[in-house]
Amino acid sequence: MSLPPLPLDAIDVGLHVPDWRAAVGAAGAALERSGSTAPGYTERMVGVIEEFGAYVVIAPGLALAHARPGPDVLTGGLSVVTLAEPVAFGHPHNDPVNVVLGLAVTTGDEHVHFVAELANVFNDSSIIPALAAAPDAASVRSLLGIAAPTGADASTEEHK
Amino acid sequence: MKIVALCGVGIGTSAILKVNAERALERLDIEADVTAADIASVKLAAADAQVILTSSELVPSIGKTNADVIIIDNFFDLDELTAKLEIALG
Repeated sequence: MSLPPLPLDAIDVGLHVPDWRAAVGAAGAALERSGSTAPGYTERMVGVIEEFGAYVVIAPGLALAHARPGPDVLTGGLSVVTLAEPVAFGHPHNDPVNVVLGLAVTTGDEHVHFVAELANVFNDSSIIPALAAAPDAASVRSLLGIAAPTGADASTEEHK
Repeated sequence: MKIVALCGVGIGTSAILKVNAERALERLDIEADVTAADIASVKLAAADAQVILTSSELVPSIGKTNADVIIIDNFFDLDELTAKLEIALG
């Protein structure tokens, strides 16, 4: 059981964004870029926060942006965005946020195993500040302990 | 014993809460069934539950319930989860 491969184009490091919407937008854009989702998914992730509030800020400094499975999820995927300046999501304890994960799953069951894996990584409280300080996408990936994609994905990665 | 891990859409955050609640229960040596649920299904899921674990943001959406509602600030902090579950179940 492991996390899905995390292509480098699903990672954006040190972004400057004005607010939480832009931060979630960036996590959605990274999911789109890596081929996981169609554009509508990003809007649905923003919609979840509009509807239910900032509960997606599940730890100090960390937001897990996500929405229900839908036709705009092409394949399960994860994206990671780190922010140059943290932004407030409106959470009473865990603001401000400087690391945003984007999560897309095709079925409710699909994600259970990799969520457990994600929990393993983040049970170590030093990981969020370490991610926030990571200088580049490759460092983010190695901090998360996620393998590079293999096969066709790997060849596109060489051009980066 | 039944515990409900609640999030807005029943994906991702509630699954993380479920996984970590199970780890905390293991530490406490307490047997319990932890179910992930979303706001739309919480009434049914929590009908026979002792405890609902969730974020402070979602408490107003739960409505009336007989279960103890426990607010978790950091979903990854096993010490926080263990301490709060111990108080609720001890």
